[in-house]
Amino acid sequence: MAKVILKNVDKIYDNKAHVIKDVSIEIADKEFLVLVGPSGCGKSTLLRMIAGLEEITSGEILIGEKVVNNFSPKDRDIAMVFQNYALYPHMNVYENMAFGLKMRKFAKDEIENRVNEAAEILGLTNYLEHKPKHLSGGQRQRVALGRAIVRKPQVFLFDEPLSNLDAKLRVHMRTEIGKLHNRLQTTMIYVTHDQIEAMTMGDRIAVLYDGIVQQHDTPLNLYNDPDNLFVAGFIGSPAMNFVEGKIENSQIVIENIKIDIGKKIQTDKVIIGIRPEYFTIDEQNPHFLAEIEVIEPMGNEIFLYFELAGEQIVARASASHPVKVGDKTPFRMDVQNIKLFDAKTEKRIRI
Amino acid sequence: MRRKDSPIKLAIIYIFLSVFTLATLYPVLRVITISLRPGDRLLSTSLAIIPDGATFESYRRLFADGRFLHWLLNSVIVSVTVTITGVILASMSGYIFSKYKFVGKKFGMTALLTTQMFPATMLLLPMFIMISKLGLINSYLGLIVVYSATALPFCVWQMKGYYDTIPNSLQEAAIIDGCSQFQAFYRIILPLAAPALVITALFSFMASWSEYIVAAQILQDQGMFTLPLGLKQFQSNMSTEWGMYAAASVIVSIPVVVLFIVLSRWLVSGLTLGSVKE
Repeated sequence: MAKVILKNVDKIYDNKAHVIKDVSIEIADKEFLVLVGPSGCGKSTLLRMIAGLEEITSGEILIGEKVVNNFSPKDRDIAMVFQNYALYPHMNVYENMAFGLKMRKFAKDEIENRVNEAAEILGLTNYLEHKPKHLSGGQRQRVALGRAIVRKPQVFLFDEPLSNLDAKLRVHMRTEIGKLHNRLQTTMIYVTHDQIEAMTMGDRIAVLYDGIVQQHDTPLNLYNDPDNLFVAGFIGSPAMNFVEGKIENSQIVIENIKIDIGKKIQTDKVIIGIRPEYFTIDEQNPHFLAEIEVIEPMGNEIFLYFELAGEQIVARASASHPVKVGDKTPFRMDVQNIKLFDAKTEKRIRI
Repeated sequence: MRRKDSPIKLAIIYIFLSVFTLATLYPVLRVITISLRPGDRLLSTSLAIIPDGATFESYRRLFADGRFLHWLLNSVIVSVTVTITGVILASMSGYIFSKYKFVGKKFGMTALLTTQMFPATMLLLPMFIMISKLGLINSYLGLIVVYSATALPFCVWQMKGYYDTIPNSLQEAAIIDGCSQFQAFYRIILPLAAPALVITALFSFMASWSEYIVAAQILQDQGMFTLPLGLKQFQSNMSTEWGMYAAASVIVSIPVVVLFIVLSRWLVSGLTLGSVKE
């Protein structure tokens, strides 16, 4: 168990590609941190830098008070779970899990105890003699987890461990990893491109884009209080809606719609962001009328798609609402929950 | 999976297969036949596969003749050394070419490939000059160096191609599990590359076992001769010992046939690359 601290970490490849830009994150002991971002944002590279598989161009990485920049991966006291499991095909499940301990010269009965204990936690006891190729995807993933668990490392690193599983298994393994974290009480760093995984699993989330940490906070704070346009658009499903607008005399102006926000703002051009749940169908007091183009029934609710100021907008509504495609529907926006972003810098303008 | 082919198409396929099988097998059968003939009937025109009065006399005389056993030993020494050298060097350099980035990597691979574009006879003279300047004429080492050098480019490419199909994460997992780079290579990657190693070994072995032209330049002393050179000794200006020649040919081909049969399981999986994954 240990803190992990990244101090002004940079990564520049030989071909001058600057993939990690001045990243500083503090991960508390026993914290579950999720690194999330679209593909190519550098999140896997950052994880591999923590693991020691990738060199650091500048900055410092500390694991449990020690600067580990020049430590080889095996001396960092970390374990890593790979996207493709990376199980050793020529070894059975037991040997796969025991290998790391064997290389570290653990006593034979200690190895046996640890492997059996991990196998029990993961429900692999009956499969110890099997070769990886005879296991299902979910079982392979468990073996990969087991290989990490037996080592009892200070930090667990996960590199998109669930992305090779089918949707149902993915949800299941998500909760399994969550339980495992509660049980082991170890620092975990988890990389994913899936914002739902990030929201459901992380104590805190660092959103990475273009090699920069855009925001690092709890899941709810990211959702409710995004720092910039990217985070606002990335977190949440369906995503936040954005339309261009202007500010005139403490009013938001979207085409011919005017909404009073009761405060003067110095910016001229803004981007207005509003989540799908902050639209209400309001016959009495609507902000605007829109023609419904598509309805997606979800069972418990419906998603309504329409156009506003040239942008495709999605709103959530109760499933019981009698609405049909083509209806002119009166919508009201929850002014409290409108987010404003500077159209140039894409930074949040807090009201 | 069974395709329905028209009888005419099937007939043509079978005719072709039969002709080619016959063309392949006939010379082999003739050699076996001649090796079994008694000494007074060597030049008979009979087509019988098992000749009248078949005898192992030629084989007996072959093994009684000390020279043959000596050549056999020479061949084994050279071929086994070339095989071991080939496997060790190709398995390691192929790995480096596959998994590491370094200056001159592309050039190295291309240079290896380029050497394959020249026929062996073209390289004979420069090779002879180099070997003689090194003072390695008429030595096992000279032959081993040349054979290894000719077999290695193919073996390195073949090993590299196989390593390319093994995901990098396996090596990384091993390194995180506590292996050094070299331990990760020989404990994790090498066992997975067994099919490719088999092909490399087979190729290196065959490249040296039945080679004649280079051996004829480098080896001059009869006592150093390898089997292909030795065989030629049965052919002299005055007469040719066809019985012993044939018997020796059969014996020379046995190891290769046996190797192929034993290793065929590996060959199939080795030639269908990419079969190894998690």
